[in-house]
Amino acid sequence: MTDQRSQAEIVRQSLKRRYRKERRFRAYGVIAIAIALGALLTLFTDIIGKGYTGFMKTTITMDVQLDGEMMYLDDPTDERQIKMADFVEPLVQSLIKEIPGASEENRKQVRELINPYASVELRDALKANPEWLGTTQTMTFLSHTDVDVYVKHAGDDAYSIKLNDQQKAWVEELQERGVIETSFNDVFFSGGDSRDPSKAGILGAIVGSLLTMFVTLILSFPIGVAAAIYLEEFAPQNKFTDFIEVNINNLAAVPSIIFGLLGLAVFINLFGMPRSVPVVGGLVLTLMTLPTIIISSRAAIKSVPPSIREAAEGIGASKMQVVLHHVLPLAMPGMLTGSIIGMAQALGETAPLLLIGMVAFIVDVPDGFFDSATVLPVQVFLWAGSPELAFIERASAAIMVLLTFLISMNALAIWMRKRLERRW
Amino acid sequence: MQPANLLLLTLVLAIVAYWLGYARSRSLAMPLGGIRHLKSLPFYYGARAALWSGIPALIVLGLWAAFQGKVIQLIVIGGLPDGMMPASQGEASLLLSKISNVASGALPPGFAEAPIVDAAERLKALQAQSRLLMSTLVISVAVLAGFLGWLRIRPRLNARAQVESILKWVFFACAALAILTTVGIIFSVAFETFRFFEKVPFTEFFFGSHWSPQTALRADQVASQGAFGMIPLFTGTLLISAIAMIVAVPVGLLSAIYLSEYAGKKVRGVVKPLLEMLAGIPTVVYGFFAALTVAPFISDVAASMGIEASSQSALAAGAVMGIMIIPFVSSLSDDVINAVPQAMRDGSLALGATQSETMKKVIFPAALPGIMGGILLAVSRAIGETMIVVMAAGLAANLTANPLETVTTVTVQIVTLLTGDQEFDSAKTLAAFALGAMLFLATLLLNVIALKIVRKYREQYD
Repeated sequence: MTDQRSQAEIVRQSLKRRYRKERRFRAYGVIAIAIALGALLTLFTDIIGKGYTGFMKTTITMDVQLDGEMMYLDDPTDERQIKMADFVEPLVQSLIKEIPGASEENRKQVRELINPYASVELRDALKANPEWLGTTQTMTFLSHTDVDVYVKHAGDDAYSIKLNDQQKAWVEELQERGVIETSFNDVFFSGGDSRDPSKAGILGAIVGSLLTMFVTLILSFPIGVAAAIYLEEFAPQNKFTDFIEVNINNLAAVPSIIFGLLGLAVFINLFGMPRSVPVVGGLVLTLMTLPTIIISSRAAIKSVPPSIREAAEGIGASKMQVVLHHVLPLAMPGMLTGSIIGMAQALGETAPLLLIGMVAFIVDVPDGFFDSATVLPVQVFLWAGSPELAFIERASAAIMVLLTFLISMNALAIWMRKRLERRW
Repeated sequence: MQPANLLLLTLVLAIVAYWLGYARSRSLAMPLGGIRHLKSLPFYYGARAALWSGIPALIVLGLWAAFQGKVIQLIVIGGLPDGMMPASQGEASLLLSKISNVASGALPPGFAEAPIVDAAERLKALQAQSRLLMSTLVISVAVLAGFLGWLRIRPRLNARAQVESILKWVFFACAALAILTTVGIIFSVAFETFRFFEKVPFTEFFFGSHWSPQTALRADQVASQGAFGMIPLFTGTLLISAIAMIVAVPVGLLSAIYLSEYAGKKVRGVVKPLLEMLAGIPTVVYGFFAALTVAPFISDVAASMGIEASSQSALAAGAVMGIMIIPFVSSLSDDVINAVPQAMRDGSLALGATQSETMKKVIFPAALPGIMGGILLAVSRAIGETMIVVMAAGLAANLTANPLETVTTVTVQIVTLLTGDQEFDSAKTLAAFALGAMLFLATLLLNVIALKIVRKYREQYD
């Protein structure tokens, strides 16, 4: 008796310690989750904080006097004259007029406020409207990137402001008078890459991504589904089938960069396909996403209950009819969900595309599957490597666009899984 | 005709063949007294004709499109005068890009030598010829095969069986593509790796402790010979992966335990998708975060403590990579922990053990092999991760174990060696493939072992 009581006593005494341990263990779990979620939160706030200004542009709106004599131009329909004419001068003169206290002596400093591409825009505008020559037009141009940085980030130590004190005073003056304004950055969504951050856009990269994804989707979805059907429904139980399965499982875990090496050696060097085109990118990503799609499609096929198959077979359907008429439609939501997730992975993939040359500096928006292109994540990579902070801002903005695409794709997948998938 | 348009045309032809086959089977059945006198439904006769027309045409199209580029290149190079024959593959690719620039109009003909301009003309002519030939061949194959298929339609023909067996072979081909991909990977890295070892001795690559792949471009240039010792890359990769695992394993494992054993349904429903979100973020975003936020932060903190830290420290890349791997570890551990039978849990709790004691003394030991398998898979992912290290780790191949210094990794070197200007047979480019081969072998080994452990463990409790 005494022995038992003392044992109970020992247990009771140890209880406090054991409960403390229990609480501590629980706290570790909470801390671990807090760390993970904290990292997620930091990542998002950091990127949004760095990038939201990328969605704004700084413009200069002013009355431009299109004086033919000043531009050495008397016939805007003449190609040769347009080529020779001076389109910088009217901009500089107009801006000098807008700035009180600025004169002809400051022309160099004033000129540094205007975007180098503004003269090209003026030229194109005049080409389109030859009757403007000799009149005064109110026009809006992009400001110089230095002005853009100053307007958005004055007082931020991370950014180096390249304007001198005189120019800063002018910019503030012009802002007050409404000549310099910030507005939604439509250039960012309507242009290709550029050496000038103010002019750089992601349209080229988005179109490149869409072309690449299109190739990936039309190849990987049918092939993946067909492979899954074969493996689940038709494959005999033998060594060869096992070998295929081992291959698929291993390919799912092969680092993506290896697929880049494959693309470089096979598609480009062996087949002589051109570099940096969406077709080759799509082929490489197809090989990369196939295992994911096959594995999820097989799971979807497996989840169709045998009673469906048996019922179909019972009324005389052939094996192929059972699969194509009954199993496949029922498994389709699961297959689509898996494919969307695979496509989201492919959309965010960068490394293999670097190796097949989709990392080139490309200004034009690609207009076909065999046209040099880059994709959204590679564009982020290119801009992130730039020493100019104005590009970093754009890289963050591009990341936000990329994440928006990915999150909506994943949300669609989750919605489909909830909505369409049947539980048996 | 462009291959994409030709593809569409082939599909249109297949659809036409379908309708013709369908119509013919019906018209054959009419005199017999309706389609019930056919062996199969009219649909199958149509589908058979479509497959007959489409599949051979697609095969021809695929082969032609795949090999035409290389064949044209060889003919163009072969047609150059003797004096301009390229001595190496590197020169050949340089010449080719010049020729294609002239052909596309990017380089005005005045700036190139006369043979190049001639070659460009020949290139254009050959491309036009090839396109014409391909179009004729593909269309005639589609029409001819479709016609044959159409002609052979008989009421007694079992079209359904034929269509089904063709489809089965198509499905098989799709599944076998996985093997083809593996073979492609092995061959593409193996060939270049052998050629690399012809130039650089085996021992230097595996036991050399110095990595600097810059080789002299011209014979008379005074430059470093190029050193290809992979040990610094290997240790750099291991260092960064180790840091990543130190972050990811405890955090991932503990959060998996908390979510599966303690958290209520509501908490689980919110936290789990959020954790999975970490896995869905592209690696280039992590790289951006590591290079522009974490690395400067670490070097600032280190500086304020009086320690010198590189602005491209291994710690930054490793820590961010660890964050990326957290959901990977946690979801794998979650699966394994949930696979432990409820009876073991109940038994331990019934004996008076607290939940944490049950976890630590009963479930964790039972789940350990599976968790180890999961961790091995995570390690293989860390070794093969590219973008984070390309953006946040440096290029300097230091042999160090200090996480605050710059190290470089195998993947970083592959990317740097293969992006930008390259000649295809220099030791520098071949080295990238040799590194790729090592990476492939290492990850393959880890995956095979891990999958084996995970599978064996699953069988134990199934």
